[in-house]
Amino acid sequence: MTVPAIELRNVSKRFGSVIALNDVSMAVRAGEVHCLLGDNGAGKSTLIKLLSGVYRPTEGEILVEGRRVDFRSPRDAAEAGVATVFQDLGLIPLMSIARNFFLGREPVRGIFPFRRFDKDLANRVARQALIDVGIQVRDPTQAVGTLSGGERQSVAIARAIHFGARVLILDEPTSALGVHQAAMVLKFVIEARLRGLAVILITHNINHAYPVADTFTLLNRGTSKGTFRKSEISRDEVVRIMSGGEDMAAVEREIADLLSRVS
Amino acid sequence: MADDRTDVAKTPEIARKSLSAPDERIARTSRFTLAMRRPEAGVVVGLIATFVIFALLPGAESLYSLQGAMTFLTLSAELGILAAAVALLIIAGEFDLSIGSMIGFAGVVIGILVTILHWPLWASIGTAFLVALLVGYLNGYITVRTRLPSFIVTLASLFILRGLSIGITRAVTGRTQIPYILDNPPDPWTAALFNGHVLTGLFQWMGDKGWIGVKGDGTPFVPGIPMSIVWWVAVTALAGWVLTQTRFGNWIYAAGGDPVVARNVGVPVARVKITLFIATAAAATLLATIQVMEAGSADTVRGTLKEFEAIIAAVIGGVLLTGGYGTVLGAAFGALIFGLVQMGIFYTGIDTDWFKVFLGLVILVAVLVNNYARARALGERSGS
Repeated sequence: MTVPAIELRNVSKRFGSVIALNDVSMAVRAGEVHCLLGDNGAGKSTLIKLLSGVYRPTEGEILVEGRRVDFRSPRDAAEAGVATVFQDLGLIPLMSIARNFFLGREPVRGIFPFRRFDKDLANRVARQALIDVGIQVRDPTQAVGTLSGGERQSVAIARAIHFGARVLILDEPTSALGVHQAAMVLKFVIEARLRGLAVILITHNINHAYPVADTFTLLNRGTSKGTFRKSEISRDEVVRIMSGGEDMAAVEREIADLLSRVS
Repeated sequence: MADDRTDVAKTPEIARKSLSAPDERIARTSRFTLAMRRPEAGVVVGLIATFVIFALLPGAESLYSLQGAMTFLTLSAELGILAAAVALLIIAGEFDLSIGSMIGFAGVVIGILVTILHWPLWASIGTAFLVALLVGYLNGYITVRTRLPSFIVTLASLFILRGLSIGITRAVTGRTQIPYILDNPPDPWTAALFNGHVLTGLFQWMGDKGWIGVKGDGTPFVPGIPMSIVWWVAVTALAGWVLTQTRFGNWIYAAGGDPVVARNVGVPVARVKITLFIATAAAATLLATIQVMEAGSADTVRGTLKEFEAIIAAVIGGVLLTGGYGTVLGAAFGALIFGLVQMGIFYTGIDTDWFKVFLGLVILVAVLVNNYARARALGERSGS
């Protein structure tokens, strides 16, 4: 059994008297897409903020490749190889792809005081890194704001992969995207998995989650209802849990009932 | 809706999107379109228009004579020194309203150190720059620590610095001006660094050849290029280089574009902003030094309203007021328009009262153009 790329052991997070997460344990291995499921308020956001260094756990511990870590900032997490692509994507729309790609990690050349940002290298590397994950940008100097939502996600993912992430956390990467764009992003998720990254995926869309995920962790009201392999859980069961335990059949009956009354 | 029934069953033909092939929906962009997308595009068009308009008005030959040109270039230079630093600060997402007062205050520091404490001129100027460093640091530190808008923080400094200038000067000298700064003791080398001319040999030679106007004693009316213009070019080149060519420049754009994202990816946003507040205070001190060397005296009201003129020059030059977008070159063009119009109105005999009306309209147009330019940079098709 290999050591998990990232692991939570009995982690709890409280905000004052509110228990956001209670005694949650989960483990994600390299080369695995792990889908985090749960309705609104289940604690998904809190969990990924713990993993990405935005919050620190009240109790319990986080391990990266078997070593205990204590992230004090997103920067700490990134340096340990845990990259999170939040919904804001960490990109600045008015800046170019290449400038965004290297923001905070700019390659420089020349000697002080004539040390300068190596833009040629940045353009070349950013372009190549994007080609590596399968997107061809027209021009690495074009503003990120000119890209489509899916392309922006891809840039963020490509950046995380390029800078040596071993764990990639994606927060609802497909929620605002059309069918084609979502498929493109899911392709990058699989790409990342094939490169041996551990991927944690948060999504509300079963059509996006079920095909790419290997394992599922179900969260409900701040507690974990367990981790399942895809072979152990049916698509319908996943849907049932994603919708907060509501029986979809019951909802459908209710809708049918309403419709019959209207007509 | 006279659809043939059989059409419904047909599969609609869909143009497939390819990830690698160029997107057929993207029109090829010409060099001209690319040039017009640059942040300075609006100001260059504005500058050309201003040149042409004044060329058609009476008095154009004096405005566009060598002397006239040097006069408006000097005006532009004085504003441009401020505008270069101010552009960087606005791009980083902050304002400094205290630079006008800093000009007055720096002059007072130099004046009092030289005339009352009898310090050497160079040491007094050096001390004024140290004071600027402190003022800029305080402006920046208070802004980033309290997260108050810099507009408010530096509005406070505007009044504090102006009050200090007048209060201290009156307490020490009993007046609001400090004369005879260059005379006690004289230091022509330092004074010339800020108030001299370069290329004097070339201008003398051109005078001898009869290409440019000379006075009765054979010296040309324009002895050379004033140091203020040299400083303007130097400051603009430095600021432009930092913004576009260095890692710090990338951080300036990021700090103004989205400070939260910037911080999360590891950009030291607070340090970037504090550094730029120091830069604006230093630019104000440089201008104050040039003015004191030129006039030989310090005046407590000097620099009034310069903070707004510098912001206007930057905005005319395509710098986005909300930060994250703009260039130093644009701000230099903005300062050039400003100086040209100010002198142009004077030379062409238009009532100078109209200058402010013009200024207000230009600001409005510039902001509208900038918004449009920003939308274009993001590829949005706004307004059509």
